[in-house]
Amino acid sequence: MEISAFTGSKKYVLDQELAKIVNISMALEMPLLLKGEPGTGKTMLAHAIADTLRMELIILNVKSSMKLIEALYQYDTLTRLNDSRFGDSTRDVGNISDYIKMGKIGQSFVSDKRCVLLIDEIDKAETEFQDDMLDVLDQMQFDIMETDAVVRAKNRPVIIITSNAKKDLSDPFLGRCNFHHIAFPDQKMMRKILAVHFTDISESLVENALRTFFSLRDVDGIEKKPATRELINWVRALQADPDFSDGGRLKKEIPYLGVLFKKSTDYLKATSHLMTKKFF
Amino acid sequence: MFLRFFYTLRDVGIPVSPTSFLTLHKALSLNLIASLDDLYTTARMVLVKSEKYFDLYDQVFSHVFAGTELVDVDEEALELLADSMLNEWLQDPVGLADALGVDREKLSTMSPEEVLEYFKKRLKDQDSRHDGGSKWIGTGGVSPVGHGGKHPGGLRVGGVSRNRSALKVAGERRYRNYSATGPLTTNTMGEALKKLRNMVPRGPKDTLNVDETIRETIRKGGEIDLVFEPRVVDRLKVILLIDNGGWSMEPHVELVQTLFNYAKSEFKDLKIYFFHNTIYDLVWEDPGRYKKAVPLSEFIKNDPETRCIVVGDASMAPYELMSADGSIYAFERSGKPSIEQLKFLSEYFDHSVWLNPISAQHWPYTHTIKVIGSIFPMFELSLDGLERAVNHLMGR
Repeated sequence: MEISAFTGSKKYVLDQELAKIVNISMALEMPLLLKGEPGTGKTMLAHAIADTLRMELIILNVKSSMKLIEALYQYDTLTRLNDSRFGDSTRDVGNISDYIKMGKIGQSFVSDKRCVLLIDEIDKAETEFQDDMLDVLDQMQFDIMETDAVVRAKNRPVIIITSNAKKDLSDPFLGRCNFHHIAFPDQKMMRKILAVHFTDISESLVENALRTFFSLRDVDGIEKKPATRELINWVRALQADPDFSDGGRLKKEIPYLGVLFKKSTDYLKATSHLMTKKFF
Repeated sequence: MFLRFFYTLRDVGIPVSPTSFLTLHKALSLNLIASLDDLYTTARMVLVKSEKYFDLYDQVFSHVFAGTELVDVDEEALELLADSMLNEWLQDPVGLADALGVDREKLSTMSPEEVLEYFKKRLKDQDSRHDGGSKWIGTGGVSPVGHGGKHPGGLRVGGVSRNRSALKVAGERRYRNYSATGPLTTNTMGEALKKLRNMVPRGPKDTLNVDETIRETIRKGGEIDLVFEPRVVDRLKVILLIDNGGWSMEPHVELVQTLFNYAKSEFKDLKIYFFHNTIYDLVWEDPGRYKKAVPLSEFIKNDPETRCIVVGDASMAPYELMSADGSIYAFERSGKPSIEQLKFLSEYFDHSVWLNPISAQHWPYTHTIKVIGSIFPMFELSLDGLERAVNHLMGR
C-alpha cells in the first residue's frame, strides 16, 4: 500500500495508540469515528493527519437541519433561472450539469488527489442523515438525480467522523465505522501538549498552571469544563503577564478566569469556589 | 481464529457483530497486526463501538489472552442487592428477619444505614457460587434467601435462570437497561404515540411554495417571483421519567421497554431519566442510577412546553411519598418530601402525564396511586390509556 504512515505533526501530540488506530483505519479503508468530550482534539486530529500526509482537508460541518443531498451536491436552480432570463453568463442554460455544484462529500470524491474528509459533529444530524451518508461512503458513489450521472470517488478519501456523544448513533452507523474514544488528556499528556505549543516556558509555570487547571476542572457543577483550547489560551495569558510568568503566584490567586470559563454561571461558580478556598 | 474471544465478548454483553469480526480478520490478513498490543488496539476499535464497553472489553481481553479471572460480581452488585433487601425489610421487617434467621429486635434497633451495612456484610460472606446448601444465598437451596429455595418465607432474589449464582442475577438488575433493544411487541403502541407531534415552521426559508409562487407571478404579470418558506418540522420536546427500580416494576419491564424503544426512535428531542419508586431530589440519566445524577431543580432549564411523561407504578409505602426523608438513599435528604417534587413537576410543565402499567381497576386499592393521581393526570399504560394520554398531552 502506498499510504505513508501517520506519526503525528508539529502542533498535535499523538499517543501511540491513536496513531495505530489512524493507520489501521486507513488501511482498512473504513471511516474512523472519534468520540470524546469537547476539547480532546478530535477535530485537530483530522487537521494533523492532513498536514502530515500532505493531503487536502475537506471539512463537512454537520448541522442539525442538514439534508444529505446538501453534503453531496447542489443543483443551483436559481442561477439557472436567472441565466435563462438574462442570458449574460458563460454557462450553457441547456446543460444542467453546469449548474451542479459539489458539496463537501462530492468534492472529496472528485478531488484528483486523495484527501482527508472530516465530518465534524455527526451527532447533530438526524439518524436518517447518518445512515444515508454511510451508504454513500460505503459505496463511494452517489447519483445526481437531475442529470442521471453517477459520481464515483476517484480516490477513496481518509474519512474521520467526530461525535460529541450528544445522541447515540444508530447501530448500522456504528457497524460501518471503526471506533475510538479519546479520553481527556491526563496531566502527563497535557504537559506534552503544552510543550508542543510553548517552546520557551518556565517549568514552574507549567507545573503550577496544570495543577490549578485540573483542580478547577473538578469544581462541582461546572457545565462547560475548560478544555485543552482554554488551557493553552490561559497559559498564553499567564505568560504575557509579568506577575505570573513564573507561575509562583498562582498559589495565591488565579487571574483570567474568563479565559477558562465561558459561561457566566460557570465563571461565578469558579470564583466563589476560589473565594471559599481562600478563607478556609 | 479468536472465535473464543468473539463469543466471550458477546457473552459478557458487548454487542459485537459478525461483520466487524470479519473486519478484524481483514486487518489480520493485511498484516496490520504485529503484536498483542496491536491486536488489543485494533480489535477494540473494530469490535467495540462505545466507550461504555471499554472496561468490559479490557476484562475479556485479559481473560482470553492472559488468562485472568473474569470478575462476575462486583461491589456494586452487592450494594444493589443489599439495597433491595433493605427495601424489602422496610416493607416487611418480620418476614425478612425471619427469612435471614436474624433477630428482628436487633434489626429494628439499627438505622437504615446500619442495616444496609449488615446486609452487605452478610452478602459478602458468600465468596463462591453456592447451590443447594442451607446457609447463604444461592439457587435451589433450602436457604431462605435466594431464588428457587424451598424455605416457606423465602425471599426471591430475581431471575428465572437456575444455573447462575443469585448474586449474578441480582447484579443484572443494576444494569437493567431499558434501552437495550427488545422486540417491539406492540407496533400499535407506536400508532397511538404518532399523534404526539408539534409541527412548527423552523429554519431557513428554503422550501419553494409553488402555489404562492404562481399566484405572485401572475399578480406581477409574468415576472417570476419565487416565494420561499421555512419547512415545517416537528419540534416536540419530550421528557421521559422512568421508574426502573424496585420489585414492583419487574412484571412491567417488557411493556416499559416497548414504550422506551418507540420513544427513542421517534422523538427527536427526548430526555430520559430514571428514578426509583418516586422522585426526590435527583433523577438519573443512566439506568443503573448511580453515574449521572441530575438534580430536579435543574429541570427549570427545560422549556415548560416540554411534554413530561412519567412512567411508574406509583405504588410505595405512604411515607416514601409524604415524609421529608422518605428516600431510602441516604444522600437524598433535602427535606422536601417526594410529593412536593412531583407537584413541582406537574406545575412546571404545562403538559404532563403519569403512565401507570398497573391496570386501572386496581388503582383504588393503593393509597399512593390515588395521591399521585391527584397530582398528575394518570393513565393506564395500555393502548387505550396511551391514546387518552396523548390527547391530554396535545390538548391546549
